[in-house]
Amino acid sequence: MSMPFYANGLFGDGAGLTFALVIGLAFGWFLERGGLGNARKLAGQFYLTDMTVLKVMFSAIVTAMLGLFWLNRVGFLDLTSIVVPGTFVAPQAIGGVIFGIGFVMGGLCPGTSCVSAATGRRDGFAVVGGMAAGVLLFGLLFPVLRGLYEATPLGNVTLPELLGVRAGVVVFGVTAMAIGMFTGATAIERRINQGGGRT
Amino acid sequence: MTAAVEGISRPAAGSGRPAAPYMNPYLAGVGIGGILLLAFVVMGRGLGASGAFSTVVSVAVSDFAPAAASSNEAFARYLGDGTTSPFANWILVEIVGVILGALTSARLAGRFHLTTERGPRAGVRARLAFAFAGGTLMGLGARLARGCTSGLALTGGAMLMPGAWIFIATAFAAGFAASSLFRRQWL
Repeated sequence: MSMPFYANGLFGDGAGLTFALVIGLAFGWFLERGGLGNARKLAGQFYLTDMTVLKVMFSAIVTAMLGLFWLNRVGFLDLTSIVVPGTFVAPQAIGGVIFGIGFVMGGLCPGTSCVSAATGRRDGFAVVGGMAAGVLLFGLLFPVLRGLYEATPLGNVTLPELLGVRAGVVVFGVTAMAIGMFTGATAIERRINQGGGRT
Repeated sequence: MTAAVEGISRPAAGSGRPAAPYMNPYLAGVGIGGILLLAFVVMGRGLGASGAFSTVVSVAVSDFAPAAASSNEAFARYLGDGTTSPFANWILVEIVGVILGALTSARLAGRFHLTTERGPRAGVRARLAFAFAGGTLMGLGARLARGCTSGLALTGGAMLMPGAWIFIATAFAAGFAASSLFRRQWL
């Protein structure tokens, strides 16, 4: 048995889309359960009054990363058949800056704006509308932005390849960093709550 | 002042049932990470969100101005080669699932309310204007970076993709740096 199933032709496009729906249902469920449809909770991350975004995001990344690493290690998953998207340093750095400003301004990210709108929040609908406008704007400006969009390509590399170290070293580093941030987040929460701040 | 309480968890209107508390964030994170891993294992690809917006907008542009859409790579790549529907797309179908999953979860937990989440000092109109403007910036930023929190940060982050970690670092740094400008919206 070799994974991923789809890349190895074990099932077709129709089954793939059905699976996409199931994956989405579960993703939306966990986002809502975690409170990520609530813009105040998300925005609280940037004022250190609510650490939910950091905790959810990094525990998700570490879970999936450790899963990929170990499934590959025991030979259950063929990582070479999962294409790592190409890195483009400048557009991804600048895109991140624009995105981060939009995030604290809107209080939701693209995925969580769908959760927010689906759970009856008007601000969620406003972010969804804004996202569509932004995507349209990018398309209209694409002739101008193309140079930046395609600048500084590094290719389909991973951090271990780029740094010339074994994957396990980076996996360990990311895990340790996440645990460090969780510990720091808990300490900050405790201090803010003791100081008579909001819970 | 009703503004102070709006947006805070409270009993569902008329039901008399208090909204259930949110799940432990680490548990929610492990759940999302498990779903992401399942997508990798079964499909060889991760999660996404901004791609769904790109598909819908590209199809809309194509309906209004077919020639302009097909000659612009930013739209054309979401329209496909004409042999299949642009809507038969992994990320778009996944986002339909996200909407249905979130709706179901909120209904079952007594958390579905028609409301506007905002800080006690923020007006509804201002909050909605900032939400729209923030969404516009995120749409631009996500397209420039080739992904958003789901498709780039979570998916690429778990794959140890350098660009994903660059995006995570600059997005959080910019968010913290700009937070004082939007304090009135939230605190």
